[in-house]
Amino acid sequence: MGLRKVNAVVVGAGAGGGIVAKELAQAGLSVVLLERGKWYTAFDCRKDDLRNQRNSTLGNAFGPDDERDPRVVVDPSGWERIVRGSDGEYQNNAACVGGGTLSYGAMAWRYMERDFRMRSAYGAVAGSTLEDWPISYGDLEPFYEKAEWEIGVSGDESGNPFKSPRRKPLPMPPLAPTREHLILKPAALRLGLHPFDIPMLRNSVPYGGRQPCMRCRWCVGFACEVDAKCGTHNTVIPKALATRNCELRTGAMTKGILTDERGRVTGVAYFDSDDRLQEQPADLVVVSGGAIESARLLLNSRSRLHPNGLGNRYDLVGRNLQGHTYAGANGLFGEVVYDDIGPGASIAICDYNHGNPDLVGGGLLANEFIRLPYQFVGHAPNNVPRWGKAHKDFMRHAYRRSIAIRGPAQEMPVFDSRVQADPVVKDYWGIPVARLSGGRHPHSIEVGNFLAAKAEAWLQEAGATYTWKSLPGPGLSAGQHQAGTCRMGKDPQTSVVDPYCRVHEHDNLFVVDASVHVTNGGFNPVLTIMAIAYHASAGLLRGWKGGGAQ
Amino acid sequence: MPVRLLVTNRAKTPRRKFLGLVATAAASAATISCGGSRRPWRFLSTDEALTLSAISERIIPTDQDAGAAAAGVVAYIDRQLNGPYRRFRKTYREGLLAIDNASAARFSRRFAELTAEQADQLLNELEGTKPRFFQLVVAHTMQGYYGDPRHGGNTDAVSWRMLGVPTVPIRGRWKYEKPPWA
Repeated sequence: MGLRKVNAVVVGAGAGGGIVAKELAQAGLSVVLLERGKWYTAFDCRKDDLRNQRNSTLGNAFGPDDERDPRVVVDPSGWERIVRGSDGEYQNNAACVGGGTLSYGAMAWRYMERDFRMRSAYGAVAGSTLEDWPISYGDLEPFYEKAEWEIGVSGDESGNPFKSPRRKPLPMPPLAPTREHLILKPAALRLGLHPFDIPMLRNSVPYGGRQPCMRCRWCVGFACEVDAKCGTHNTVIPKALATRNCELRTGAMTKGILTDERGRVTGVAYFDSDDRLQEQPADLVVVSGGAIESARLLLNSRSRLHPNGLGNRYDLVGRNLQGHTYAGANGLFGEVVYDDIGPGASIAICDYNHGNPDLVGGGLLANEFIRLPYQFVGHAPNNVPRWGKAHKDFMRHAYRRSIAIRGPAQEMPVFDSRVQADPVVKDYWGIPVARLSGGRHPHSIEVGNFLAAKAEAWLQEAGATYTWKSLPGPGLSAGQHQAGTCRMGKDPQTSVVDPYCRVHEHDNLFVVDASVHVTNGGFNPVLTIMAIAYHASAGLLRGWKGGGAQ
Repeated sequence: MPVRLLVTNRAKTPRRKFLGLVATAAASAATISCGGSRRPWRFLSTDEALTLSAISERIIPTDQDAGAAAAGVVAYIDRQLNGPYRRFRKTYREGLLAIDNASAARFSRRFAELTAEQADQLLNELEGTKPRFFQLVVAHTMQGYYGDPRHGGNTDAVSWRMLGVPTVPIRGRWKYEKPPWA
């Protein structure tokens, strides 16, 4: 169709793609950044309790669309059904400029050193493809730092003796503590734990030309009304555009990666915002659609030489889909503990990330983001009736007297938890949709149960008069923390991309998002995605010999 | 038999009481538009709205704070049945009819006319026999009551005031006020 050839086309303007686009554009490469969603701003916050990314009761605020982007979900008994973007089983992450970073809770964790060598640290786990990363924490450390300073992180990890070594402190101090924080901190100390202020990609002071958090309760799931949350949409993507080397095209749904008759990647085909099929030639292609959509795109890029999709010679693309096994507890207190000061999550411990007796890995524990009233309906303990006066009494009494502690248990990757291209169901544009199947490893649930017990103990020490656990189920886990589907490794027979996110056997095709995570840590993954994006960009640029010569 | 009972029963309802119920429903619906229309609801019939209102009122009953009926839960559900919940229309139409028929068979009354004890008894049974429909109504009632007032329910943010959380602050204030550090 004759679009002008560029050096690089980046598919997906989320945490990974936004950073790659900016790094390449600043280095002088011409970049086209394709994003299927829209570019929202602070004025799209809307504070709608029933229509946001955390609670999609009436739909997703920032995509994907309920009608256009279905998926197929296969449950463990083999029963399959078509799900909509706002259904829980869809494993949604936002589809918009900034991706998940527009509306996330914004915890900014560095994984720990042991998170990169889980297999060496714990040995093999039956039924899991647990493996070491081909890169170490030390390899990523400078890039974690770059993400913290360029995107912007507030917090104070000085109370955390388990933190990974760092050269530079966080650029911003933590937000002032909430009432929950002040109750939980001394309790944790009494238990011999090590509480500290959660690092967050959120301005606590003016930073990056944007103002600090105004502490409202509509945080996780919402675009920030005062633009205090730091995502790629308000940091690196504007910087990429300012170089004039990068063009952002929104409403662009990528159909497939194009290859020539020798199998070399030559660009992408996509439907533009008017649903016209376009071909964008490029010297290199970077796929950053998130673990589910990136795998789907590779699998849908079939040709004579690649009948099973790109990078998929050994049937690895889409496998090891994982997220986090969330678990925790709620505690009811005698006095009002709610102070309506957002974002809510504020204090954490890393005491249980590793070194737990008879367990592989673990996870952080932190107090939960503010539970909006309708969300809190589902927080009732099992002995409260689901309806009637007793439930209303519970809501009225408990809403401002409860604290929730949750943590993401590191999951054991499962080979058969996977993304496939569905053979039958197609999306609005006629592209085969993602088909999700599999479930959690039993050990992930064990770790979750362990974390829930620890959360409960913390709440009891803090003075909760009644506590109840929130335990994980066996279903597939991915959601906003989706990862693992294009595993990073040195051996092409057991991994999809190399340590710099280059697809084995394709020197000009990259996957840069959480797809490459070998394991997903016991932490929210976004800062690691960002660090990997900087790391991959550095590797890519080192090998860049100029475009157009091929 | 149930149908006949239903008809007989309606005739027996004290006319003033019945009209009163209809008027309440109509009044709360008028606030969401459809001003000049003969039917106050977008999807529900007046009878369906009465039944649904009575069910929701058992799910979140009135006590010192407003219950689901006064909070406009029916307005919320009716509006969503014309929007994102269009896919549940058949479920509602059939479910509400079934519960009125069950009520007529058991108590010779429409569901909206049952005592609280009778209504709870019937709903407890429904929870077992029609769990899908019942859970849907419970979820939607909770949404309409605890959710955002912009969607037609939670009138005057009644549930938020009950829980003791502030209602929505002024949006976009920073656009008009110069922040202290600027």
